[in-house]
Amino acid sequence: MGKDVAYLDCDVEEPNGRIFLKPEITEQIDVTVPVPRVDLDKCTFRGECSAACEYHAIAVLGKAVEVFASLCHGCGGCSDICPEDAIEEIPRTIGHISRGVGMGVEFLEGRLNVGEAISPPVTKALKKLAITSDVAIIDAPPGTSCPVIEAINDTDFVILVTEPTPFGLNDLKLAVGMVREISLPFGVVINRSDIGDNKTDEYCHRERIDVLKKIPFSRRLAEAYSRGEMMFGVDSEYEKSLRELYENIAGRSNHD
Amino acid sequence: MTELVIVSGKGGTGKTSLVGSLAALSRDKVLVDCDVDAADLHLILKNKIQKTSEFTGGKQAFIVEEDCTNCGLCPEYCRFDAIKHEELTTGAEKERYWIDKHACDGCGVCVRHCPENAIAFKEVISGEWYLSDTPYGPLVHARLGFAQANSGKLVSLLRQQARLLADKRGLDLIIVDGPPGIGCPVIASITGAGYILIVTEPSMSAMHDMERLLQLTKHFRIPTGICINKSDINPVLTSQIEEFAKNEKVRILGRIPYDPSVTAAQLEGATVVEYDVNGASESVKLLWSNLTEELKE
Ligand code: SF4
Ligand code: SF4
Repeated sequence: MGKDVAYLDCDVEEPNGRIFLKPEITEQIDVTVPVPRVDLDKCTFRGECSAACEYHAIAVLGKAVEVFASLCHGCGGCSDICPEDAIEEIPRTIGHISRGVGMGVEFLEGRLNVGEAISPPVTKALKKLAITSDVAIIDAPPGTSCPVIEAINDTDFVILVTEPTPFGLNDLKLAVGMVREISLPFGVVINRSDIGDNKTDEYCHRERIDVLKKIPFSRRLAEAYSRGEMMFGVDSEYEKSLRELYENIAGRSNHD
Repeated sequence: MTELVIVSGKGGTGKTSLVGSLAALSRDKVLVDCDVDAADLHLILKNKIQKTSEFTGGKQAFIVEEDCTNCGLCPEYCRFDAIKHEELTTGAEKERYWIDKHACDGCGVCVRHCPENAIAFKEVISGEWYLSDTPYGPLVHARLGFAQANSGKLVSLLRQQARLLADKRGLDLIIVDGPPGIGCPVIASITGAGYILIVTEPSMSAMHDMERLLQLTKHFRIPTGICINKSDINPVLTSQIEEFAKNEKVRILGRIPYDPSVTAAQLEGATVVEYDVNGASESVKLLWSNLTEELKE
């Protein structure tokens, strides 16, 4: 869009941006979290580690110590408290990051391994990587809890995409509560703006929320989406509309 | 007692509307909305809240300013970068340490290291959960506070409450509307469940989500079936899903055509099967009868 842009897929539980940007991946980086490993020769089975662990991830049962790796948050509390210095931390891979270029866009994707519960470390690792582009667009996961917070934290502007339906409005209200809670500037895009009622508009007006764009339903766009194609080039109206949206947001952010 | 969990990976596949219809078609069950970040199911079930309870999900650390001597030790111990430092220009103090509550993971490590005992560690209220009556049976649902963690714990609590309720009322089915993704709240929703229904639609992204979900339910060895929603919007992809399901030996339990009355019903706050007895209703009924078969096994 005139400037160098990076696309960061931070929906690490279900990353889908790859389907559309079809990037060529040039680099893969493992994401690891530290988990405890107990040296049973040193361990005196006093259980201080399990008493200290807030996540019930380590348990001392008689003369055995069990680590539940998928519950571990990697806080280091157990190794820190162990009076025998019997706990060492070893890295455990929970996902990976792919890097490359797709359609002229710098592409980064986080992907949580299936079966892993805790996704924020993958997003955190992805956002720590140096990006060469001027602008980073982050594709965030759904919801209002830790995975989303990790994705939108420290950004300059948040776009909330919704639909004018009761579900859409309810989810929007929750998302607005979330971005207000962490004090980030934001605006709303109403997608498929003609399928429902005008309660979303009324809500935004009442709450003095900027409606940045309304995008009406289009069968052609829906079909292109279903095939995993970019919407660009499908519909010139849509393209123009997105360009305006981009300029509008770029104009507000002093980071340019 | 059987627990049926309906998941879809991401929004937009019409999962919650479908759960609403299944609620209307089935009898003698407890309904649970485990999408605790963005609970929508109650919006189409005409619910009346009977009981509201607080949810305390975990602890958080707080620096007690009067006791803090600004020694600067604690940030070194926090692996979550939650302890912030700032220079002050007004007031008697020159600087201040404070804990960002959204970043604090509640591990308690800093608390043990503070030489002044200036860090308090307290349970925090991170949401509410509700017991509602609906014309379709009792509904257990919740609302996680804005920007809160611990959605997995809240999900486990809801399922536990639903089982208690089912026991008490002699109901032998629990229908769970699952959260998006494959992470912590999803794992909390499906572990130990009897059957998983994955709702997908013929689009490349929904199929990708479905594949990851299926890997997850296989990982936990839970019997799984697939429902293709809006099956007529892209016949080519629909047959690809069917092919995929065949290879994976997963049964397709329903194919539901696109039906504009899904949105119309939602606008009325009603379930699809009741709002429009024609339309997609027939295929939803077929899905339900296939599901009932599967649940018997
Ligand atoms: S590192 Fe932290 S979360 Fe992991 S087992 Fe040790 S105390 Fe528990
Ligand atoms: S409790 Fe743990 S996460 Fe929270 S501030 Fe202290 S060290 Fe950091």
